[in-house]
Amino acid sequence: MASSIANGSGGHEALRFYLTKIVQFALVLATTLLGLVAVTFLIGRVVPIDPVIAIVGDRAPAHVYERARQELGLDLPLIQQFWIYLKKAVSGDFGNSVLTTNPVLTDIANAFPATFELATLGTLIGVIIGIPLGVLAAVKRGSLLDQFVRFIGLAGYSIPIFWLGLMGLLLFYAKLGWVAGPGRIDVTYSYLYTPVTGIVLLDTAMQGQWDAFWDAVSHIILPASLLGYFSLAYISRMTRSFMLNELAQEYVIAARVKGLSEMRVIWKHALRNAAVPLITVIALSYANLLEGSVLTETVFAWPGLGQYITNSLQNADMNAVLGGTLAIGTVFVLLNLVSDLLYRLLDPRTR
Amino acid sequence: MAGSPTVSQSAGLRAWLLSSEPGSRWQARLGRAYLGWRSFSRNPLAVLGLGIVILLIFVALFADFIAPYSPIVGGDLRTQRLLPPSETYWLGTDDQARDILSRIIYGSRITLFVIVLVSIIATPIGLLVGTLSGYLGGWVDTVLMRITDIFLAFPRLVLALAFVAALGPGIENAVIAIAITSWPPYARIARAETLMIRNSDFIAAVKLQGASTPRIIFGHVVPLCLSSVIVRVTLDMAGIILTAAGLGFLGLGAQPPSPEWGAMVATGRNYLIDQWWVAAMPGIAIFVVSLGFNLLGDGLRDVLDPKAAK
Repeated sequence: MASSIANGSGGHEALRFYLTKIVQFALVLATTLLGLVAVTFLIGRVVPIDPVIAIVGDRAPAHVYERARQELGLDLPLIQQFWIYLKKAVSGDFGNSVLTTNPVLTDIANAFPATFELATLGTLIGVIIGIPLGVLAAVKRGSLLDQFVRFIGLAGYSIPIFWLGLMGLLLFYAKLGWVAGPGRIDVTYSYLYTPVTGIVLLDTAMQGQWDAFWDAVSHIILPASLLGYFSLAYISRMTRSFMLNELAQEYVIAARVKGLSEMRVIWKHALRNAAVPLITVIALSYANLLEGSVLTETVFAWPGLGQYITNSLQNADMNAVLGGTLAIGTVFVLLNLVSDLLYRLLDPRTR
Repeated sequence: MAGSPTVSQSAGLRAWLLSSEPGSRWQARLGRAYLGWRSFSRNPLAVLGLGIVILLIFVALFADFIAPYSPIVGGDLRTQRLLPPSETYWLGTDDQARDILSRIIYGSRITLFVIVLVSIIATPIGLLVGTLSGYLGGWVDTVLMRITDIFLAFPRLVLALAFVAALGPGIENAVIAIAITSWPPYARIARAETLMIRNSDFIAAVKLQGASTPRIIFGHVVPLCLSSVIVRVTLDMAGIILTAAGLGFLGLGAQPPSPEWGAMVATGRNYLIDQWWVAAMPGIAIFVVSLGFNLLGDGLRDVLDPKAAK
């Protein structure tokens, strides 16, 4: 009886705790997003290109220029302009792209699945190879394998990603012919399926177009492995250091004394405890791939967010650049937040 | 035999450096530096990194004497264009019949220029924001750290892209954009250090003597934060190089005919399949130099922060 009451109040307390946490997170999220919008707004205002002249032309008479300026709201005080910009941003209106003439939000929604597909596959590769590699390096500390993992990590921090992409294309596409070239899918296959999710691998597989599916695999495998390498470099290095930390703990000695097999000690007990901080690392590396994808997409003509931003840049399409920057910034913030939440949920010590 | 006096001399020097009762502040400082160097030089990879960085500085300073050809003016466009690596052109020639080796050698100046300028701009901003935030606390801390978080919320290259888009392409604007995206981590570190220093007795003593807040911050807090911030900046230099090269590759950094390494890779992209060396060589230069800075930064961190060395 008494214990059930104690449990009940404990449950309430936990609930209240989570509610305050959620409110706190929402506040942090709101201020950070507000900041993101403010930064993009300010960047948009330092543009040396006069947006009025871009619309009316540089030979327009003064009264036409003045009217266009008023219609754009540029005669208002800066803070009022920001308020209008913010209201539009909240309703998802970032203006139209000069290049594609579509609303920027539509363009971003079209480009996002391509980036998502690439970055997700890259992170998967990084996790599947990086974690075992990091664990082995920690277990066999100082061995040849450990040195190898250290080298992979250092190289990953030092190689320009766009250059490695070009060299990969040269070797695996041009010389060896193992993979398909730039783009997401060959034109011949691109009419065999209807885009539903925007994720080519998923769409083709769901519609049973296996030829198209394998063509898409052959397109994505090189850029995804490339991003996977950079993710692996980071993940394996962090896994190694977390595992070294865990293997020095007393519970590992206890487990060994108990007579557990080394396999069980390492993969079940130690790795399980290292897994919690690893989640943060994986989320961070996922976020970093968004950055890497800007250059990778340019190299591989991959029609995602990164290529959208760089194409718009080259055409001085500020609405599109700022919209894309804001989109990536938002995803970045959300990923960080999710990793933070997961960490708190999974690690009892943070409660 | 001739060597013996120098041995005893250097032994005397070592004893002077390691003296447990240094006669002057300088002697103590030199002794500490010597101890640091001893542990640093035990790490061969760190020494390799230092070697690469020194080589970069040397090549950049003496580019006029080292480079065999002009980096801007090419040879005969009919006969010397896109030549493969050979004895006359060690790394081959590009589409303008220019020697790639010479362009890489002169390009080291641009790389060095970017690193130095970004550190000079971003370090003081980070130090100022971090120490003010940590020392003053309260709403100043909240506001400054929120701003820092917002800047950290953008991936670096993407924010730099947006800034360059607004400012216009060019090496100076690229430097400004990278500096604007570099300071937040420095501010975080400076703040953490300041929080540790803020409540120590010597600060209280200075305060009782009547020192003003600016005097305490600039005279006592900033100097103590400097070393950890400098380590962070060194560790960041490879990232700065890669961001600058990425901007150059996208055509937003140094403009042609300037021999910026990232832009050179972009040129080579057009000749990738048949003249691979045009894109490959400058990329190797970027890789080697950022590797050098990474190794150096790792070594410095091991010396100055033994806890993180594990």
